[in-house]
Amino acid sequence: MSFILKMAWRDTRASRRRLLLYSLSIVLGVAALTGISALGDNLRGAIDSQAKGLLGADLNVTGRREFTEKTIARLRATGGELATSIATNTMADFGNGGRRLVSLTAVEGGFPFYGEVETVPADAYARLREPNAAIIEETAMTQAGLAVGSEIRLGATTFTIVGALKKYPGLSPFTSMFAPRVEVSMAALRGTGLLQRGSLSQHNAYLKLPPGADAEALKKTLRDELRGERLGFTTAEERKEQLGDALKNLFSFVSLVGFLALFLGAVGVASAMHVFIRQRLATVAVLRCLGASVRTSFAIYLVQGLGLGLAGSLLGAGLGLSLQAVLPALLRDYVPYQIAFAVSWRALFTGLGAGVGISALFTLLPLLNVRRVAPLHVLRSGFEDDFVRPDPLRYAVYAAIGAAMWAVGALQMSSWRLGLAFSLGMIASFAVLAGVAELIIWAARRVRTGGLPYTWRQGIANVHRPNNRTALLMLSLGLGTFMLLTLALTRASLLAKLRGLDLGERPNLMFFDVQADQIDRLKEIARREGVPLAKVTPIVTMRLGALKGRTVEEIGADKANTVPAWALRREYRSTFRAALDDTEQVTAGKFEGAAPAGEARAPVSVEAWLAKDLQLGVGDELDFNVQGVVVKAVIGSVRQVDWQRMQTNFFFVFPPGPLDGAPATYAAATRTGSTDEAARLQKAVAKEMPNVSAIDLGFIVRLLDGIFTKIAWAISFLASFTVATGVVVLVSAVLMGRHQRVREAVLLRTLGAQRRQLRQIMLAEYTVLGLLAAATGGGLAVLANGLLAKLLFKVSAVPPWPWLAAAVVMVTALTIVTGLLANRGVSGHPPLEILRQET
Amino acid sequence: MTGETILKVERLTKTYPTAAGPLTVLHEVSFAIMAGATCAIVGPSGSGKTTLLGLCAGLDRPSGGTVALAGREIGGLDEDGRARIRNEAVGFVFQNFQLVPTLTALENVLVPLELRGEGGGEGEARALLERVGLGARLDHYPVKLSGGEQQRVALARAFVNRPRILFCDEPTGNLDGDTAHAMVELIFGLNRERGTTLVLVTHDLELARRTQRIIRLRHGAVASDELGTA
Repeated sequence: MSFILKMAWRDTRASRRRLLLYSLSIVLGVAALTGISALGDNLRGAIDSQAKGLLGADLNVTGRREFTEKTIARLRATGGELATSIATNTMADFGNGGRRLVSLTAVEGGFPFYGEVETVPADAYARLREPNAAIIEETAMTQAGLAVGSEIRLGATTFTIVGALKKYPGLSPFTSMFAPRVEVSMAALRGTGLLQRGSLSQHNAYLKLPPGADAEALKKTLRDELRGERLGFTTAEERKEQLGDALKNLFSFVSLVGFLALFLGAVGVASAMHVFIRQRLATVAVLRCLGASVRTSFAIYLVQGLGLGLAGSLLGAGLGLSLQAVLPALLRDYVPYQIAFAVSWRALFTGLGAGVGISALFTLLPLLNVRRVAPLHVLRSGFEDDFVRPDPLRYAVYAAIGAAMWAVGALQMSSWRLGLAFSLGMIASFAVLAGVAELIIWAARRVRTGGLPYTWRQGIANVHRPNNRTALLMLSLGLGTFMLLTLALTRASLLAKLRGLDLGERPNLMFFDVQADQIDRLKEIARREGVPLAKVTPIVTMRLGALKGRTVEEIGADKANTVPAWALRREYRSTFRAALDDTEQVTAGKFEGAAPAGEARAPVSVEAWLAKDLQLGVGDELDFNVQGVVVKAVIGSVRQVDWQRMQTNFFFVFPPGPLDGAPATYAAATRTGSTDEAARLQKAVAKEMPNVSAIDLGFIVRLLDGIFTKIAWAISFLASFTVATGVVVLVSAVLMGRHQRVREAVLLRTLGAQRRQLRQIMLAEYTVLGLLAAATGGGLAVLANGLLAKLLFKVSAVPPWPWLAAAVVMVTALTIVTGLLANRGVSGHPPLEILRQET
Repeated sequence: MTGETILKVERLTKTYPTAAGPLTVLHEVSFAIMAGATCAIVGPSGSGKTTLLGLCAGLDRPSGGTVALAGREIGGLDEDGRARIRNEAVGFVFQNFQLVPTLTALENVLVPLELRGEGGGEGEARALLERVGLGARLDHYPVKLSGGEQQRVALARAFVNRPRILFCDEPTGNLDGDTAHAMVELIFGLNRERGTTLVLVTHDLELARRTQRIIRLRHGAVASDELGTA
């Protein structure tokens, strides 16, 4: 054993720096894996340690209307400390011309019981008790150009900003992008006049339980006792689990990016080992001559292969841990709590294990040849070793690699099917790129290049010369191009869809919470401002009372019931109209535009997915409770709705008539020609109807654009590990062939070739390789984007040609620059000098 | 000579498959060499000399016939079995030296002992390198040594495991006249000192004549087998 280790170490003497460079191929993959895994551990640790702070209480009770006295009395009877809050979305007028939808919130009681509220200045939260004082989220404050002391108008009240909200338990900056939190006192909120009947508001009650109380048991008791109150309950433990599950899914997906980089790096290491072993065949033969067994000689090089993997993995794991300094910044906008840095030994060993294991598996492929080196090699340098005969062990290694890919995918995505899809997708990508490489080699050998200058003929011939690295270059360049271009195209497709919403003649400014007595005045204002309302939609809130003859309570209590509870309990916001919208399509029955006279039940149209959940079909009867009044209905039609259209869509649509007299609010939409026009109209409406909220679709599109850009940047950052691995493998591949290239260059120089000509030969070779690799990777990306757009995102794929052209140009340029840089010095010295140095 | 047969070759045949059909490079060659003897195998290029050496030393498997080396029939052994015999009983000197480029002169000489798992052979290795005149160059890598020096390291390595038979394949083929002469003196000197059997493959008839026996090969068969003048 000691001889094996000693020999393995000694044998690397002349090539340690080169081997270290080759081991870099897996550094970035291991770094990505370790970094992501460690960050995941830290996040989980943060969730565990801040579990109660995430909710701010032990138990959270939510409702869509004011809590009844019964509810409040029951909550007080728990013996815990109680706090309540009300939140409503409304337009804020910033006074400086800016307006924005905000989440106006007021808290009564000692909430948050756990976690901290952080404001600037620090005493701002306490100052909320002052008359008409407000605090607003810091980011929104900056965006709106506000400062402490600025005034904002909310409903009928003008507030003074006393501070910026930096941190609040459970508040995610990501969700706040749409409607940032503005907090005022409860008395001030009620004074705004925004909590009218029909307005959307969220009511929360928070309980801090006495020590030792079981929140989960209390939740169950309260749910049973307050069943009729239509409340939602969440414990701190549940919130922790929800976040934990979401994080697990996110990290599983993101880790796959790391694994992809690692697999590509492992291919690079194996390829380097292949070249290294070829150079060591003579040594192996000598050792065999001197009496080394097959096992001993194999073990020497296996130790080297493992050492290579270990060196790369150690560097990668170290880099991965330091990555944690960067990754939290990427997640800052999406995570509602502090992430503390701690070394995760689990992540460290996961990264090391994956790095060593996967690189060892790939390295076994070239190492297997060592077993078949004949000692006769020492007598005849041209003796062909027995590498052609089929080797069962080789097939076993291929199978092990496939199984490893599958296992990694299955473990990361917690699904053997998805794992299989991941491994097959990866194997298919590798196979396509390797297949194209073979095709290129085949074509380069046969293509007639007689009409081309000598340097181009020689460059193209290099693509198929023995011991070329064409396949490896194709793989590294192609895979990198594939990943980055897929991301870019997917982002572009999604953004094109979003921007498309703003095009055409569809409305782009919508008003909500318009009361019945305000609708005529709103029409008037819009007409006066030159942008008449295009569409006015009545909205009536209702709940389900009975389905097919059974009350929802009966259905809910039935143990055999499979209708989801949320679908039975939720509040439905329905409308009535005489015709289908252009976003709707009837799939069963007939849309009734009028209620037939004399019929006891109104024919309603139900949305297809909901119909499935409620197990409803045409002809089924149902009762609605419309704010205390029972409205009997029958399913007249089932319709599909394009929910992706940003407009008011509904689960249930009634014909005009049956809902006459029911308390309704209205949504209205118009098309403005410019941002100024939209601002003018919003200002005029806000002045007269402070309770009416407006949504500028252009603003939403810009907001989503920003979010997509951030997400795309975060994913691109991780994908760049694969791309950078591709570049490292590219450099390795070029350096692997350097020895041979030097010999060729020396020969050509001896025969009188100019340095310029040698450079042109390399230029031709790398141009051909870069072009074809980028085109193949790009082709795969176009295909992947087409599939993702159609099957996953259900959008049209953007025309890929400008992207493809840009990718081809950039990747080819990168290949040429890398190739020429890595071959620096080959043509820059006199032949004799190179002969002495290198041969 | 001790009277014991160290190498016995009977009806040895080697055929290679080629695109044009099987090619027989050795055809039913038979001979025996006594322990302690010196023997040269000579013949023109392509006569099968190197193939015969490879088969005798257990570097390759015959297509037909048998080879008994140091009392053991090696045709029936697997590769590792033959490797064990090589390590225990055989020394090699090759035309192109075949040193491990990443090992120093001393380390190269130690390899056969280390493969055997024997520690404490460094004194012997140093002594052998002293004997071949390289006592001052123990820590030099092959690339820093001249051709003659490399071949002397190879010779020291060949003797370090106290082999019973030494196979030399054109040991002076890559050396100039004076160096070659010195090398030959060393080979025969060490051979005498240690009582090793010497089998020499060479083009050089003058060198062949220094052995006790000369086997001439022609077209893969023994053309003559005669006693030398030594």
